[in-house]
Amino acid sequence: MPSFILGRLVSLILSLIASSIVIFLVLEVVPGDPAQFMLGLNATPEATATLRTALGLDGPLLERYFTWVLGLLRGDFGISYTYKVPVSGLIADRIWISLPLAIYALALSTLIAFPVGILAAVKRNSAADVGIMGATQVGLAVPNFWFAMLLVLLFSITLRWFSAGGFPGWEDPLLALKALTLPAVALALPQASILARVMRSSLLDTLGEDYIRSARAKGLSQGQTLWRHALRNALIPVLTIIGLQFSFLLAGAIIIENVFFLPGLGRLVFQGITSRDLIVVKSVVMLLVFAVILVTFLVDITYALVDPRLRRATR
Amino acid sequence: MALLDVKDLQLSIGKFPILRDIDLSVDAGEILGVIGESGSGKSMTALSIMQLLPFGATTSGSIRLDDREVLGLPDAEMRRIRGGTVGMVFQEPMTALNPVKTIGDQVAETAMVHGGLGRREALEVARQTLERVELPTSRFPLDRYPHELSGGQRQRVVIAMAIAMRPKLLIADEPTTALDVTTQAAILKLLQKLVDEDGMGLLFITHDLGVIAGLADKVSIMRHGEVVEAGPTVQLFRNLQHPYSKALFEASSHVPRRVRRALGGATPVLAVDDVVREYPLPRRGLFEKHRVLRAVDGVTLRIEKGENVGLVGESGCGKSTLARAIMALEPTQGGRIAIAGEPIDPQKGASFATRRHLQVVFQDPYGSFNPRHRVDRLVSEPFHLLGSAAPSGAERDKRIARALEEVGLSAADADKYVHEFSGGQRQRIAIARALIIEPSLIILDEAVSALDVSVRAQVLDLLADLSDRLQLSYLFISHDLAVVRSITDRVLVMRAGKIVEEGATEEVFRAPKHPYTQELLAATPDLEGALAKREAAGA
Repeated sequence: MPSFILGRLVSLILSLIASSIVIFLVLEVVPGDPAQFMLGLNATPEATATLRTALGLDGPLLERYFTWVLGLLRGDFGISYTYKVPVSGLIADRIWISLPLAIYALALSTLIAFPVGILAAVKRNSAADVGIMGATQVGLAVPNFWFAMLLVLLFSITLRWFSAGGFPGWEDPLLALKALTLPAVALALPQASILARVMRSSLLDTLGEDYIRSARAKGLSQGQTLWRHALRNALIPVLTIIGLQFSFLLAGAIIIENVFFLPGLGRLVFQGITSRDLIVVKSVVMLLVFAVILVTFLVDITYALVDPRLRRATR
Repeated sequence: MALLDVKDLQLSIGKFPILRDIDLSVDAGEILGVIGESGSGKSMTALSIMQLLPFGATTSGSIRLDDREVLGLPDAEMRRIRGGTVGMVFQEPMTALNPVKTIGDQVAETAMVHGGLGRREALEVARQTLERVELPTSRFPLDRYPHELSGGQRQRVVIAMAIAMRPKLLIADEPTTALDVTTQAAILKLLQKLVDEDGMGLLFITHDLGVIAGLADKVSIMRHGEVVEAGPTVQLFRNLQHPYSKALFEASSHVPRRVRRALGGATPVLAVDDVVREYPLPRRGLFEKHRVLRAVDGVTLRIEKGENVGLVGESGCGKSTLARAIMALEPTQGGRIAIAGEPIDPQKGASFATRRHLQVVFQDPYGSFNPRHRVDRLVSEPFHLLGSAAPSGAERDKRIARALEEVGLSAADADKYVHEFSGGQRQRIAIARALIIEPSLIILDEAVSALDVSVRAQVLDLLADLSDRLQLSYLFISHDLAVVRSITDRVLVMRAGKIVEEGATEEVFRAPKHPYTQELLAATPDLEGALAKREAAGA
């Protein structure tokens, strides 16, 4: 197991290095000169050139790459071209919304999907199964921003239980969580639908395995067989989906953030792109890549905890 | 009163009758062998006793176990019987164990469910039981996972799970079918020992008459959900009454009629010289050098035109790897392979022109066809090796019809899909596909191993006939020594990547020289030998 973790860790670091190079190079070749953009259309070429030097945009490629990476390691992400404040501060403000929101939505989706998926698998072809499968179909089909608007209509405007948007900050954690509840529900609906379906089909596959029959032949009841033998084996594909969903929720919540006026990472990166604030884009993308790689690493470790066959150093 | 008494058992699933009027009985300390081909209902009979039938099954009649009616018992009562009074062992040891639980936990579970024991006491029971099935904890600690054990060792764990509570009856459903012969012999010996020690009844299900002849006290032969004939083993086999049992007996020791001819041609159809095939193994440490596994280690062999050569050995000995190397599906790391005199490039593989001389038939008649293609397309697939010379239109149809007729199917079958055919017919289609471009050599990789005995006998006849008429050579790869003996001229015995013995088939079988060959032959179930031995012991 230790050598397995070490091996995964090495691959994590290599992925980070590779992705930092790719992100850096891609943003080098995209059209649009930040200096030109900042000074507007009427700027003289001399002024633009001076600004480029001031921004450090005209040094050799390799030098700029290392300056950027070393800055990242120190937590110094540079100064935003448009906001004129450190990028690290911009990100820090927003990550405290996006990260809790992603975790909240994922927790909700898992809490809904597990029991529902297990129930559907165990009561296969029953009314409950048909109902659950139908509901998840709807959950997948409904666009989440529209669902978010319905939530606002019902819970904010009619019932007045939740505010319709905005974020009060973390001074009062309960109030903050309350503000994140409707967005989290809106985000969790399609995720829970996918996860419940994966859980159901994975569990059905597992319940058809020979060792389930062996367990029954030992004298275990259906319930005992499910809990002791089937569930853990059914978990591998479910974990894969959870990992993918977390990465998506962290960066992909932009529409929901807009519906609820939440200043999250998705909005930051969107504004960065429209205003050619490449340093913001570069840093946020790098951060998201880091998050995805980290989640993949954690999912890999969880795989190995669940399935002893994956614990060898190399696969 | 017998330990297990099944009377007039009927079973249907939905509207379909599966079992009709089954009568069986097993006494304490007695071994009942149940023989039948696939679909005969033998497994369903076993599952009826365990009441682990598929959804929608209805039963009637009577199953009395230890003087208690089993049919109609509530599940809570049945759970006490399963694993307590009756243990069950299944066919496939590779999948019968939960991959994420240790062997100790899985055996202990039986004791925890039935004995009401705590985990520590249950693990002690598991330790003792694993000791009984000859997996001592000194070499196989309780915290091993199933994937760390071989097939035979896993089957011992499955047996330990079944016998942990010392059940009065053990049901074993094809427990050795997936195992190598030497492993099979060891497992059979173990089952016999457990029956003798505990006075346990054993219901042993198999399709292999040789295995049953050496083991069972009495035998029931099943077909289409009915028991067609039953009686004490030797007596039954010596006076078979039912036409089906007679046919089964014939088929299981069937030797196809073959015409021996002089082998022709100066160039052998296959020449393999000192071939080496290595696989890199995973590194154990981060900076350790790559280790390699030598799966094929300096093998040399020749096949002349019209000659049938057998290659036998246990799983993992490298016989399939050698076949893949000959088919140029994988690069080799040493030696030379030439097909019909044309050498294969060890890295780039063989040209289409060379590949034309060689075709292959695999084991699984279900997995070796694309289910979306019709038979004509499947059978004519090798035509792409002919390039522009490939026949088309009426000529193509004629060749397809001829190939199908050659293997005993009809030209009209070309328009069907494979799911319309039985396992034996599919294997005929596979042979037709191999024949269609008139190769010199066909590699038969366990080509009859998945077939029932009567179908196997027919396919063997077909192969012998084709070889005689078309001067075809075979490389017949199998773990089944009886089959190899019946159809080959020469045999090679492979072990750990090396050929350990080689010679004319009859000679090798009559007087094996290498100790490994002797061991293999001794472990091979032999119907006639087992019966003769028991008669001598009885007399």
